[in-house]
Amino acid sequence: MADANQMADGYVPHAPGYVVNGGPTLLTSRFLFEDSHTLERSMQTGGYAGLRTALSRAPAEVHDEVRQATLLGRGGAGFPAGVKWGFCPEGVWPRYLVVNGDESEPGTYKDRLLMERDPHQLIEGCLIACYALGLSQCFLYVRGEMALAQERIAIALNEAYEAGLVGANVLGSDFSVDIILHWGAGAYIVGEETALIESLEGNRGMPRLKPPYFPAAIGLYGQPTIVNNVETLSNLAWIMENGADAYKGYGSEASPGTRLFAVSGHVVRPGVYEVEQGVTTFRDLFYGDDYCRGISGGHELKAFIPGGGSAPWFFGEHLDLPLEARAVSEAGSMLGSGAIVVMDETTDAVKACLRLVRFYANESCGKCAPCREGTSWEQKILQRIHDGEGRPSDIDLLLSVGNHISPGPYPVASFDTEGLEAVPFPPSQTTICPLGPSSVAPITSAIRRFRHEFEALITRSDSIPVASEAGA
Amino acid sequence: MSDETVDDTVEISVNGTEVTAQPGELLIDACERTGTYIPRFCHHSRLDPVGMCRMCLVEVDTGRGPALQPSCMIKCTPGMQVDTESERTRSAQNGVLELLLVNHPLDCPVCDKGGECPLQDQTMTYGPGESRYVEEKRHFVKPIPVNTNVLLDRERCVLCDRCTRFADQVAGDRLIHFLDRGSRTQVNTFPGEPFSSYFSGNTVQICPVGALTAAPYRFRARPWDLEEVGSTSVLDSVGSRISVHSSRGRVLRFMGVDSDAVNWGWLSDRERFVFEAYDSSDRLDGPLLRGDDQGSREPGGPELVPASWSDALEAAAEALTGTDPDRIAVIGGARLTNESQYAWTKLAKGVLGTDNVDAQLGDGLPADVLLGLPRATINRACTPGGTIVLLGPDPKEELGSLYLRIRHAVVHDGATLVELTPQPTGLTDIATHSIRVRPGEAADVVRAMFEGGSGDLGSAGDAISAAGPVTVLLGRTSLAEDAGLVAAAAVVILDHIDDVRFLSLLRRGNVHGALDMGMSPGLLPGRTTLETGVDRFEDCWTVTPTSTGLGCVAALEAAAAGDMDVLVLLGADVLADLPDHDLARRALDAVGTVVAVDLFITPTVERADIVLPAAAPTEVDGSFTNLEGRISAVARGASAPGTSRPDWMIAAELAERLGTSLGLTSLEGVWTEIASVSPVHADVNPEAILSSGTEGILVAGELPLVRPEETTVPAPGRSTLRLVVTRSMFDNGVLNGHSSSLAGLAPGTHIGVEPSDLKSLGLADGSTVEISGPRGTVTAEVVSSPRVTPGTAHVLFNQDGLDAGELVDASMAVIDVRLVRSR
Repeated sequence: MADANQMADGYVPHAPGYVVNGGPTLLTSRFLFEDSHTLERSMQTGGYAGLRTALSRAPAEVHDEVRQATLLGRGGAGFPAGVKWGFCPEGVWPRYLVVNGDESEPGTYKDRLLMERDPHQLIEGCLIACYALGLSQCFLYVRGEMALAQERIAIALNEAYEAGLVGANVLGSDFSVDIILHWGAGAYIVGEETALIESLEGNRGMPRLKPPYFPAAIGLYGQPTIVNNVETLSNLAWIMENGADAYKGYGSEASPGTRLFAVSGHVVRPGVYEVEQGVTTFRDLFYGDDYCRGISGGHELKAFIPGGGSAPWFFGEHLDLPLEARAVSEAGSMLGSGAIVVMDETTDAVKACLRLVRFYANESCGKCAPCREGTSWEQKILQRIHDGEGRPSDIDLLLSVGNHISPGPYPVASFDTEGLEAVPFPPSQTTICPLGPSSVAPITSAIRRFRHEFEALITRSDSIPVASEAGA
Repeated sequence: MSDETVDDTVEISVNGTEVTAQPGELLIDACERTGTYIPRFCHHSRLDPVGMCRMCLVEVDTGRGPALQPSCMIKCTPGMQVDTESERTRSAQNGVLELLLVNHPLDCPVCDKGGECPLQDQTMTYGPGESRYVEEKRHFVKPIPVNTNVLLDRERCVLCDRCTRFADQVAGDRLIHFLDRGSRTQVNTFPGEPFSSYFSGNTVQICPVGALTAAPYRFRARPWDLEEVGSTSVLDSVGSRISVHSSRGRVLRFMGVDSDAVNWGWLSDRERFVFEAYDSSDRLDGPLLRGDDQGSREPGGPELVPASWSDALEAAAEALTGTDPDRIAVIGGARLTNESQYAWTKLAKGVLGTDNVDAQLGDGLPADVLLGLPRATINRACTPGGTIVLLGPDPKEELGSLYLRIRHAVVHDGATLVELTPQPTGLTDIATHSIRVRPGEAADVVRAMFEGGSGDLGSAGDAISAAGPVTVLLGRTSLAEDAGLVAAAAVVILDHIDDVRFLSLLRRGNVHGALDMGMSPGLLPGRTTLETGVDRFEDCWTVTPTSTGLGCVAALEAAAAGDMDVLVLLGADVLADLPDHDLARRALDAVGTVVAVDLFITPTVERADIVLPAAAPTEVDGSFTNLEGRISAVARGASAPGTSRPDWMIAAELAERLGTSLGLTSLEGVWTEIASVSPVHADVNPEAILSSGTEGILVAGELPLVRPEETTVPAPGRSTLRLVVTRSMFDNGVLNGHSSSLAGLAPGTHIGVEPSDLKSLGLADGSTVEISGPRGTVTAEVVSSPRVTPGTAHVLFNQDGLDAGELVDASMAVIDVRLVRSR
């Protein structure tokens, strides 16, 4: 076996960021092999077996198997893939599959590993999806900055075409499909599926309003289009090979299977972990020996972001929540794309907030006025507070500007010691897409929990108060 | 018709009141139509919804609880509950305005838009009274020119996407776009690529803030000082509806007015900025007569010297009195209003008794063919799913706002376009079939299309026969080709397609009014002929012509042969505008007296004996007939310079000097008389025209079709190229030249030859060649161009670089030229 490639601390040298944790590996089974990205290794380790199984069955049966598996979308919204596949209007052809490989949520880097380490698993997933849906064209949109992933997929596609796995008459069957690799140009917003479609069409990446333009109805080139995340599709080979029932043997009933979580920040062993959904808790993940092994440097947990930069923050009292979409959203945040950021008590809440808001201000596509103008206004106010130029009214102003982008009570976690209830996810929005409202998440979370830190900076107190009373 | 019938309506509730919406109607439109205005910046009824500004958010409940929804993006559905005044709606509107203003410079006191600015108005109504924004605003260099006429102030821009959507969806010129992102997002051109669109002025008109301004209007007026009057653009024959904005007797701008039937609010830049010419200080402000260089009157003298109206009219009357009517010709008149055209027709045909009257300048079509073909409206041509056949000039170059309608029909409404032209046109990229037709071959090509032609020809014929209602856009495909050839091809189409209709592409201003008012040989006012309609005129005309007279070219040929004593030129610059310059020169040399009624001293006017200054279209009240036969109002927005006066008054006064009276003393009087003599104008009068609003009055009725006589076309020579002469939107024409915004835009020309033809002639691209034709030899640069059809040579008319008018012989069916290297 390839265990030799694994270092003592669980990291794998050729798969930076990936941590072997001893759990089930539905997605990352090949990561230990240095040549896991090659067709040769893929074939030696059962690659394309799922495709063969699929091709031996009727497309509708394959679709049914995926529906049975309750494969939840891994891009953020967590919508069941099998159900989404059924949304195309009848009789409208051609239809397309678009793979969303524009992973760019702050904190997430698991799709990059899947594309770099096992491109054939992804290609196999694309083929299975296309077969199930009767599609003959698939567009693989890879984030502009991910040079290695682009290169690996390009090489893998060439290999697969050469081997008769992609192209005309896949594996000698009647099924023909082309997979087209497309590189992004570097915009976070293109992770939003309608903006991705605009970008793929050669336009500026800006979201389309939905409805009426759900991609399944009117997508790429105005045709019905299924947009799936890289991780979602990477599950298909395993599901086809092992069946929906076996898949549901992992994870919880509502969220079967495993998920990749990318943990970053103040933990002893940050990295990407393949974790059973709904079974594992945040506490397991942060403190477990198989996982992150605790907060680094002997510090205490101050806060954590459970689902990427766009998610409201969690705190010590939320550690026992399971890693499951519904539980997390009821608790006032979202599991999103599985990017978890851990902050210890030395973290400056205002600065963390500023850093996140600056990202959204930079990445706003400029389409909707509230997001375009609101996010940069938020950034400027936060910058002023951070620089010691804040005014007492600025805290309310921040919340009010946020309210222009996302009116009404914004989702936020409970604050047990203050007796404050959670506001469940998702937020309302005056914008087309959730980018603008995302900027409000860190502001609302940080002000509710760490208002005193904002106030201290505004009143020019020299020291940042460390840890809230409710800290971990 | 679609399956949406009138009975299908959608009931929705707006602020507690039941409202009936049309199926598929956008909520914002349904609310506005029923009296509830929802504020907006990006929404524009002629552009696709984009949902950009978020100003139109209202609380909508479709059964899942109230939620803020952009009313410009959602269609009315049954039972929809809408609250445009709820606290959440108000709060969202307030929030969007506060955010739109954080980076807006608030330089209203120096902004041209101030006073007519949706951002100002909506901020006052829906916005916060004060800003809480204390940070530094975003800065851009301001303003930057995006082309020579349009300036962009990016600081004022609220990024509504209107100008950029217009450029993309309407004009098809994707030359302005968003750059950068977040709050640094800006509209701009691509580096080194100006917004070179014939339609750029429309972006200024639809900008909801002061970001886009037009150079001619900048800092000229404040909106509250402007007087506005609804009128019609008389620059070309589309008759776009406009609003004339003037201050203290001078016109300051034209704005497009949305007419469902005609221009949808859009104008070409030529239509929009031509007001500068009317307002020019070069305008004639009094009559002129020949004189010496000391300014004294001297018949036949070298100069034109100022004269009184009395003397000038007396001189004209003297020249006309006692002259054989057959030796008098009245040329031009397409600039005139319908009323003035009637007055001049009456003077020429009903007083002088000459039928040598022609409003076309040898660049049009035979009136009896044009008026005999079944006529189409623009809306009929643009029927969704219909078929459009272009057998005429490039609408983009000659009839800009019609081009936008045709483009919309093809791009957005699924119309099929087949073009039969000697050159690619502005529509070629969107045409289903684009067939190159060399001069002289149109009828044969059309016949082949319908009678078993192969390849693209056959499939074009099938496309025309198969699809929805067929409309032919008919005009001259080349000025170096006999008009009868296109007319013959049109008749072939008529014979092959059931229910085909024709939309005339004759371009000259009110030329269709002129034809309806009888300004063509053999015609009388009201789409009547001399042969059949004379008795209608017995009561109010003293005489009527006894036989059909000469058209423009024939009249000038007669003049050149010494058979013409008086030429009356109504705004006709024959030296520049007649395709055959040699003929024009010879005619002016040989004719006895030239009376010119004009706005400017053109090269032709310089040679006139008597010059009478006329009022410009912005200085008269009256009406206009567009290429559909649609009559709409022309209204006065400015005072005429000096003693210049409306053309119909000049005709009336000249009649008095001739010892008679036209009996026309007011516009109402003119229409009373027209209605009494014209079988098609019975319901038209000034009041009806004014109350017809933006849509005008469509005048229906056709003459019996006169089939054009066969024109013999010589076979193409082995070493010659067949000449194609077309126009471009901007040229050296008199109005272009006197509009400072347009004067520099004429592209100039050269002789274009297809690359392999050029090679076989042994000529180098860019070299100087001698071009020999029936009228002699001219020298110009030859340019290799794949756009040119093999076997032809292409030149633009009335441009610097090569005077196409020196190559054309109006007596020939086609013009073949020989190119040799210049020695």
